[in-house]
Formats: sequence, C-alpha cells, structure tokens
Amino acid sequence: MKIPIGGVCEPGTTIANKTGGWRTYRPVYDYEKCIKCKLCELLCPDMSVFPKEDGYFQFNYDYCKGCGICANECPKSAITMVLEEK
Amino acid sequence: MKQLFVSGHRGCAGCCDAMAAKFTLMGAGEDCIVVSPTGCLEVMTTPFPETSWNVPWIHSLFENAAAVASGIEAALIAMGKKGNTRVVAIGGDGATMDIGLQAISGAFERGHDFTYVCVDNEAYMNTGVQRSSGTPFDASTTTSPVGKVSFGNQRPKKNMPAIIAAHGSPYVATTSLGYAKDMISKVKKATETPGPTYIHCHAPCTTGWGFDTSKTVEIAQMAVKTGLWPLFEMENGEVTKVRKIGKAAPVEDYLKMQSRFKHLFSKEGGAEEIAKIQAIADKNIEYYGL
Amino acid sequence: MTPKGDLKMDKMVVVEGSYAVAHAVKVCRPNVISAYPITPQTHIVEDLAKFIADGEIQNCECINVESEFSALSALVGSSAVGARSYSATTSQGLELMHEVLFNVAGMRLPIVMTVANRAVSAPINIWNDHQDAISQRDTGWIQLYGENIQEVSDMTAQAFKIAEDKDILMPAMVCMDGFILSHVYEPLVMLEQDLTDEFLPSYEPLNILDPKKPLSFGAFADPNYYTEFRYMQQKAMTNALKKIEDAADEFYDLFGRYYGGLIDEYQTEDADIILMAMGSIIGTIKDTIDKLRQKGVKVGLLKVRAFRPFPAEAIRKAVKDAKIVVVLDKNISLGLNEGALFTETKSCLYNTSNHVPVVGYMIGHGGRDIRMSTIENIISEAQEVMKSGIKVESQFTDLREELL
Ligand SMILES: Cc1ncc(C[n+]2csc(CCOP(=O)(O)OP(=O)(O)O)c2C)c(N)n1
Ligand code: SF4
Ligand SMILES: [Mg+2]
Repeated sequence: MKIPIGGVCEPGTTIANKTGGWRTYRPVYDYEKCIKCKLCELLCPDMSVFPKEDGYFQFNYDYCKGCGICANECPKSAITMVLEEK
Repeated sequence: MKQLFVSGHRGCAGCCDAMAAKFTLMGAGEDCIVVSPTGCLEVMTTPFPETSWNVPWIHSLFENAAAVASGIEAALIAMGKKGNTRVVAIGGDGATMDIGLQAISGAFERGHDFTYVCVDNEAYMNTGVQRSSGTPFDASTTTSPVGKVSFGNQRPKKNMPAIIAAHGSPYVATTSLGYAKDMISKVKKATETPGPTYIHCHAPCTTGWGFDTSKTVEIAQMAVKTGLWPLFEMENGEVTKVRKIGKAAPVEDYLKMQSRFKHLFSKEGGAEEIAKIQAIADKNIEYYGL
Repeated sequence: MTPKGDLKMDKMVVVEGSYAVAHAVKVCRPNVISAYPITPQTHIVEDLAKFIADGEIQNCECINVESEFSALSALVGSSAVGARSYSATTSQGLELMHEVLFNVAGMRLPIVMTVANRAVSAPINIWNDHQDAISQRDTGWIQLYGENIQEVSDMTAQAFKIAEDKDILMPAMVCMDGFILSHVYEPLVMLEQDLTDEFLPSYEPLNILDPKKPLSFGAFADPNYYTEFRYMQQKAMTNALKKIEDAADEFYDLFGRYYGGLIDEYQTEDADIILMAMGSIIGTIKDTIDKLRQKGVKVGLLKVRAFRPFPAEAIRKAVKDAKIVVVLDKNISLGLNEGALFTETKSCLYNTSNHVPVVGYMIGHGGRDIRMSTIENIISEAQEVMKSGIKVESQFTDLREELL
C-alpha cells in the first residue's frame, strides 16, 4: 500500500477488519420461530444480519460483535445469545 | 440493497452512533455527500486506510461540520453538479450543541440546502463520557460526577430543535434509535425538503450510559415512553406532528436501566431528584400533547 | 534582475491594492469564495461581492460566513468537491483559522488566501506587521510575500498555479502588507484575463467527493501512518521550491512581468552588506540603497518572496560573498527576542562554510513607520559590526525609550 495524497480511503474498506473476534455471546437463530419481520437485519449496528433468498436470515459471524440487540428486540424470541466457545 | 455503511467499524458492541449512521444513510440514499465532525462516529469508522462509508465522506474538525457542508453545497451549485445530490452532516451532541453551534447557526441562517443529523448520545463519548449541553439533568458523567454534594449534571438538556427552528428551518424533527423506521422516514423527508433541515436523534450509548449492549433500542424506546424524549416534527417553526405515547411510563422505569442515574436510587434525596426529572417529562407531555 | 520585462505603460490604471487583488481573484475564475470581513482585508471581499452581485464571476458562489473559522472550513468542503476556492483575511481572523489551516494542508487542498498582514492583539492594532502570518508558518501553507500591488496581484495567479500543481497540492497564502498595500492607490497593470486563462489551467483535482466514486477524506492516522503524511507534506513543500521559480518564469514569459522567484536580489553582486526583508519595506530599502550606493556604500538587498517553503539554498547562494547579513523582521518570537526570518536565515547558514555574521532587527511592529533614516542607521551599524564584530545579535528598532 502507498499512502495516496491527502490520505483518501477507498469505500467500504473496514470490511477487512473482522470484528467477530470481539464476541462473548453468539446469536443463535431459530428458523421455526422467525416471522421474517426483518427487525434483526434493520437494527444490527454491525450490518451482520443478512436476508436469505427464502426471506429468513443468516448471521455473519465474521463481524457480529455479539451485542445482543437482535435477540433483545426479536418479537418472537427467535434469537438466543449463547456463550461463545473459543 | 447496497450497504452504504459497512461492517468492520470499531464502534462498541451495540453502538448507537453506528445505528444512527446506518439509519441516516437508509433515509438519505446513495446520492449524498456526508460530513462528520470529530467524535466516536468519525473515529470508529475511518481508521486510515480503511473507511466504513460507501458514500463520499469527509471529516475536517470537531466544530466545523456545518461550515464544511456549506462549502460542499456551494461548490456543487457553482460547478453545476448539484443535481439531486444531498449534503448530510452527521454530528454528535457535543459537535452540534456545543462547539459547532456557531457554524450550524451560520449554515442554517444562510439557508444552505443540506440536512444536519445530530446523534445525541448525551455526552462527549469519544473523549470518555464528559458532559455536554445535551447531557440530561442529574446524569453522572466524568465531568459532572456524582459526589457527596452533587447529583451529577445540574442543567437540563439544551433545546436544540427549538434553536434550529428559530432559524426558520423548513423541517426539524426529533427521532430516536428506538424507532428505526421513524428515523429513516424523517431523514428521507428532511433530505427531500429543500433548504437547511434538521434531525435530532436520541441515541443511547451503552458505554457512556452504562447498560447492557443489547438494550440500546429498548432504552431509547423507554425515553420516548416516559415523555423525556418527545418525538415530533416541525415545519417552518410550527409543530406539525407528534408521536402520542398514551399512558406515560414513570421516569424511574427509564432511569433505573442506566448506571449514569443509579445514584438517584441509592443516595439520600434521590426521590426528590427523580421527582424533578418526572416534572421535566410531565412538562414535555403537556407541551407537546404526548 | 528585476524587472526582466518593462511594464506596458499603456495598460496601466490607478486602482486601490485591494481592488487589484479582487480583480486578480476574479480573473483566476474561482468557484467558491468564502471570507469574513476584517480590517484591512475588507475592501477585497467587498469588491469581490460587488463582482458577484454584478454577475461578473461565472460559476462562482460567494459564502458570507459567520466567522473566519467557518470561512476556511467551508473551503475545506468546496475544495474537496474540486472547486477552485479562495479566501482573504488577516490578523485576528487568520489566528482564528489556525486549526483549520493545519487541516487544509493535511488534506492537501490547494486553497489560495490573501493575507492583508496586520498586527495581532493585545493590544489590538489594525496596522501592518507580519506577526499574523509568521505565527502560522508551521501550518503547511506556502507563504508568498509581495512588495507592491502589482506583484501581489500577479502573485495571486502564481499562487493558484503553484498550489494546484499535482506535485504540490498545498494551500498558499499571498501576503500583502495591510493598509500599506491593501489601501494604496498605485498605477498597475490589472491581471489580464486572456493571459491568465493561458497561464492558469482549470483545477484538476486528484480526488474529489463524488457519489459516483465515494472516497473518504480526513480519516485518522495512527502512529503507523502519521509520520508518512507529514513527510509527504514536506516533500510537497520541497517540490514547491522549484515550482515557485518556474511559475515566476512562466509568468514572465507570458505577461512580461517578473519580481523574482523564491527570492530577488538588488545590488547584491558586489555587496558587502546584504539586507534581507519581505513585503512593502522592500521599496524603502531599495531607495535607501540607491542613496547609499551613490556614497559608495556597497550595500544590496535580498528580497524574500517565499517564506514557506523556506528558500535556504537560494539564500545561501545570494549571501555567499557578503561580509554581513542584516535581517529585518516585522515580527518577533517572544522569548527568543528574534524575528523569524532572522532565526531561519542564521540556521540555514549554520553547518556551512559560510560564517558571515548575521544580525537581526525587529521593525515596524503594529504599523510603526519605517523611515529611510532608520534603514540608514541600521546599515551604518552593520558597517560597525563588519569592523568590530557583533555586539547585539538581535534587537528592536526605533524603540521609544522615553515610554519605557
Ligand atoms: C477543538 C477540539 N476540542 C476538543 C476535541 C476533543 N474531542 C474530540 S471528540 C470530542 C467529543 C465528541 O462528542 P460528541 O460530539 O457528543 O460525539 P460522540 O463521540 O459522543 O459521538 C471531543 C471533546 C477536539 N477534537 N477538537
Ligand atoms: S462509546 Fe458509545 S458512541 Fe462511542 S463507539 Fe462506544 S457505543 Fe458507540
Ligand atoms: Mg455525544
């Protein structure tokens, strides 16, 4: 890498920084309970919840910091936080 | 949909500033230029050579975001490049209500076509939770600590939306991380309204307020439900829409969730202090007809 | 030696210095102007506002900001969008900009700003000295000082050309002595539009804020990177040394006017005594030299046009045969009791084989009139030093002892 003049940064590049390692608790998702309300995707401060083709969700553990907002807000308790085993 | 704000930023787990940035961009869309003053959001999203932004973004200083935004807008107009491109500043409560107030006043008075979003986490988080003029009454911060003779911050929040409205802004709205869709639609409306528009977002900070990382949204909602954070819209200086809260929750329900207020429940005289905070909520409920 | 070309007398008009500068700015086709009024810079912004009001500057927005801090901050935004951006200020206004000055240079935004040099408060004083700009010498701005309104006017176009050069991309201040130049009416050739269009191509930024290519500007750099950012800025300043000379030469080729490059020399060839100074005092010094030359005093002048980047090499060359160098400074570093040009001139001769004595005089603070007789005294003191060595290295000039 060479520092560009003025130090401009290319867009979306923090993607190189996998923050998943920060996690203490891991969200575990129960397909059965999910009603596809999309709240988890909407609220995630780390953009780590992605919709799948079928409208259900998938967690990106590369970035999920385990904050637990999704689990706390899920109206159907479809997400539980379990201790991360390292 | 293209992610305009991406993963990998260094915000705390459950970070309010990250959520606010995400919602702002969902409302503003891709065709915008973002200005961030110094603060948590700026620091955590742009450690050189990386950036979390997928829209053009600039940080200059702590106190000048509105002036930088003015210059961007003026340049786009001068060079015939304005089109539908929206200039959006996203600043913390310190950057907005304290050190950057003059530049904001100037930009709103001059009538630049831009939107300013204040992400109000009620203290200077980036430097370690010092009080700002957005810090609420009796909150303990590192520069308004609880002590033998103090209940914490001795001043109520500055009424920033009213200050902006007094500048003749066509659209001013309060919002909250507890109501993501409310925020997204208000940002959208603000960015679609010509002229200088303002969104003030209440943003609970897990680290600065002292609550579990999973509670950012819940606490934000509770502030609204108590009447401590009224959600409203103002058009050309008049309150035009208010979010009704029905039977208000007692302020205790909100205060007890956060360690910055825990002294109110342990210290002698705490009940009287809580009553003062309840009075603030009651006044809001009456004034805005919540 | 100056002037390489003759001024075309038929093109000359008599206007105020501020008007000449405002006209020059207009001719440089700026996109965004953002400034805040302060004496003695006001006439420049007023004249520009009138041009705008009369529709005389195309594709340009003028922002009437609420402070100098915002004036320059707005230009951070405009320049980052790719706009040619201009401001003007002085004294308190320049000091208020301090934090933004660093920021502009760090982001490599080639903003050009006229500084109508004025003393700084307290005590508040609206008259000329160089304390304001000198206090900003480490902010990463190119600093050029003009001798008269013709030079300052022409320097404006040169400054844009230097600042916007791809090998440089650093902001530039064009310094003109407040009142002495900003408010003087003198005959000059107003900067020519057709020639300027040829001289100054439109600004081609390397990177801009653009939704189609969404770059981030102003990231924070940790200790792994910060040093290299600084190094790159210094390298750009070094590149500017040649570019300032080139711009002066190219300007001469097109316009037929020349005032020196990094420095200019007057009667230095055989001079034992070389005076050094910047700005409008140059005229007084030249007159004094003319007078003393008739009496056989071998005295010459080294005019410094570029204070940043510092023209160390050019100075070393110019003083190589001098027997004494006398530096006049309209500023003081309090606690050092020296003016900046003096300190830096000494330092650029240290570690060389040239051990010429260098003495400094701080002069003209807060607009104190500088007479030829004062310069003559300084020169006769220099003759003493040549004989018997330095007794006082640096001193105030024309102190009114009776007030102390
Ligand atoms: C002129 C200046 N003063 C002080 C600071 C230190 N500083 C940086 S960020 C910050 C607080 C930011 O608070 P806020 O705007 O509320 O944003 P937050 O970090 O809370 O999201 C302070 C005091 C600075 N960078 N510049
Ligand atoms: S301190 Fe608060 S605002 Fe700052 S990164 Fe952490 S959660 Fe976000
Ligand atoms: Mg804050």
